[in-house]
Amino acid sequence: MKKYIYILLAGLLASSSGCNDDEFLDKEPKNILLEEQVWNDETLVLSVLSNLYGRFPDYQSTDAWANYAAFDEAFASAAGEYGRHQNVDYGYGNWSIWDYGYIREINQFIQKCEASTGLSAETKELFLAEARFIRAGVYFEHVKRMGGVPLILEPLTYDFSGDPSYLRYPRAKEYEVYDFVIKELEEIKPTLPADVNDKARATQGAALAMEARAALYAASIAKYGASTPQVSLPGNEVGIPADMATSYYQTALKAAQEVMTLGYSLYQKKPDLGENFASLFYDKSSNPEAIWVEDYKLKSGKTVGFTIDNQPRYQSEEQQGGRLNPSLNLVQDFEKMDNTFAPLPVMDASGNLIHYTNPNDLFAGRDPRLYGTVILPGTQFKGKEVDIWAGYMRPDGTIITSNNIGGQADINGDGQSEQVVGFSGPINALEYTAQTGFYIRKYLDPAAGSGQIGTRSEVWFMRYRYAEVLLNAAEAAFELGQFEIAAGYMNQVRARAGLTTPLTTADITFDRIVHERRVELAFEGHQLFDMKRWRLAHIVFNGSRMTVSDLTSNIGKANKTSTMPFGLWPYKYLADPNNPSNNDWVFQIVLPGPVTNPDRFRLGNYYSQIGDDIISNNPLIVRQPNQ
Amino acid sequence: MKDKYFLIIWFALGIGLASCDYDNFEAPESMLQGRIVYNGEPINVGYNEVNMQLWEPGWQLKSAINVAVDQDGSYGALLFNAPYKLVIQTAQGPFRSIKNEVTQSDTIIVDLNGNQTFDIEVMPYYMIRNVQISNTGNDVAANFGLEKIITDVNAKDVENVNLYINKTMFVDRANNIASNALAGSSITDMNSINMSVTVPTLNTAQSYVFARVGIKIAGIEDMLYSPIQKIQL
Repeated sequence: MKKYIYILLAGLLASSSGCNDDEFLDKEPKNILLEEQVWNDETLVLSVLSNLYGRFPDYQSTDAWANYAAFDEAFASAAGEYGRHQNVDYGYGNWSIWDYGYIREINQFIQKCEASTGLSAETKELFLAEARFIRAGVYFEHVKRMGGVPLILEPLTYDFSGDPSYLRYPRAKEYEVYDFVIKELEEIKPTLPADVNDKARATQGAALAMEARAALYAASIAKYGASTPQVSLPGNEVGIPADMATSYYQTALKAAQEVMTLGYSLYQKKPDLGENFASLFYDKSSNPEAIWVEDYKLKSGKTVGFTIDNQPRYQSEEQQGGRLNPSLNLVQDFEKMDNTFAPLPVMDASGNLIHYTNPNDLFAGRDPRLYGTVILPGTQFKGKEVDIWAGYMRPDGTIITSNNIGGQADINGDGQSEQVVGFSGPINALEYTAQTGFYIRKYLDPAAGSGQIGTRSEVWFMRYRYAEVLLNAAEAAFELGQFEIAAGYMNQVRARAGLTTPLTTADITFDRIVHERRVELAFEGHQLFDMKRWRLAHIVFNGSRMTVSDLTSNIGKANKTSTMPFGLWPYKYLADPNNPSNNDWVFQIVLPGPVTNPDRFRLGNYYSQIGDDIISNNPLIVRQPNQ
Repeated sequence: MKDKYFLIIWFALGIGLASCDYDNFEAPESMLQGRIVYNGEPINVGYNEVNMQLWEPGWQLKSAINVAVDQDGSYGALLFNAPYKLVIQTAQGPFRSIKNEVTQSDTIIVDLNGNQTFDIEVMPYYMIRNVQISNTGNDVAANFGLEKIITDVNAKDVENVNLYINKTMFVDRANNIASNALAGSSITDMNSINMSVTVPTLNTAQSYVFARVGIKIAGIEDMLYSPIQKIQL
């Protein structure tokens, strides 16, 4: 019996060895996609491309709220971020980027897409143009943070010979990188669609808007870099020769004017100007202003938590929120309707507090963009008053307040407790309360559920929008001496905002340009790079301690020192019940308790540090100046 | 019984301590210290404002040791015995480096072998002379002169002069409770500049403050200060 089994087994063995080895082992894997499968399938190539889109870097965006508190625009009302206001220096490595892994993958995409045979010529062209758009954007991101970086335009591969030195590339000159970005965008422009409703992918509008911004950056570095000769390198890896400024300004103006022919327009859907400015950022249905965005979608896995982080504490759908508190420094910079600057009138000439019937009366007659950017005391969010007030103030100046949000105390000695502080604070050093007296409104999603961790929000982040293009054009025209044109573009943006008195050509000054960008583009990731290219950062964030009089003077001046985020706390005035001034509102300028030190932007911060490991591996890389 | 446990504990401790020795690196033991001076006079700077770099050549990975200059112009670093290259970056400090004879550049070679005191001579743009800071009650007044040291093409103007006071011994533009500034353009006599500042209400009362004068030189990042002085109120 055993014999048969052996025979049978032997037979089986023989037949199995007779299989074709190659075919037997060469199975198509079920868990990964092969190169030729990916690169010959339009949908799969598109998904590789969308992965590249999704990794596009931003220093400040709604994805990372805390970086908005890095400078003077906002105070970070979160215990883990107080350090931002307690140290002095910015690290030399802050906001640095050296993402050659990403660049390599983009180069690889371009190489493989080009070699693909399974895509239609038209699709291939488009995909290649989009990848080059992303690459130009990533190099732009590198050059504005690091200066000149090695321009690597094909995927580099190590040959395992033991000597990798052939992979070492020196830094390109700063202007060479800008020239590359501009040239690439010009080249791919005809291939890209001119569709103004395509927001998340590369379009002609996006390419031109990026080109205008890049050329403007290069131009201003050339022009204003002359004021900081220390911030340069002899090989021009950092710093752009001053004589190149004019041609860059011309490129910027031309590219921006080309965007204007594409059909974008300023968002003007709502009659209430403040509300209109707020909804410009969250309204995604045929928004005529958005040019290129980082898009999010509910229930898709790609949602954004900005509203969770920053919703007013009283409205909060979670036990958190309120992290980003816009500073008084920013709030007071919103000008008055007659185009003049003034501090918020909290005190009269003889030092007495000015009384107001409603808390938001203090902000009456100001640029409506203030309402759209900042949640002010006495205004609403999601249909409910935000309840920002710091307590009661007696006529002798004593204050009754509580250390809990919405906390209670007996104010009139009748044995009954009343609420003595708002449900959104402000309470000093209590995180998530409005410690500056303000919350952010820009990019906050008013949809129900947007503040819930389980839902989140699908409000997009606009990398490029039409108003910025107009301001870029205005600045370029101003620098080229075309004041009439500059005033025209600037007035378009201002008229949409609600400032109906147009600026005359004589009004257009450098200070005006700087100011307009500050208020229009606050919390959109421009401040650092604007201050860097104008070489203003080391002047504005100069490490000097500020006083209230420093804060309230020189408003609207480009070189005004602004090193500490101040706040403004509203109090209810507690006089005799029969006194008409009882329950009036008064305001006090405060420095939030966690703000203990001024910010100092050193000359070495203009170009972020290149890591010692990178330089050790590649001695051709020149160090940044002043570090 | 007790003794046995103690023995075991001592034994374990003994092993534990002894094995530490194997893992540890030797600690740096040589102190390099000195001051930033002009003709032997120390140059006072702001807290944590001025840095120097020490490079030790010969290693595969290059990384600088940053050495901060203290408020009174002194510095110190605990190091291993080795030759170091000492560099003050061009934009650091309210002064210019003097060309080193040996290296023919701003790099100074420091061959460290045991503790060493080493003063670094530099060329300041200005020196603060004859500082007198005194007070009547809460009014602190300063009188001082400014001597322009660099007068050639590299000369710089004074942007402003400041009088700072603070509750602690850290006194500069970032650390102060009150200050007063005077623009460089409104200085009439460089040899006698008068400034005053009023001490505000001190939150935790104390009977003294610290004061000093700071000079911001146009186009230069770091400020020049006078020595810190304690003022009895």
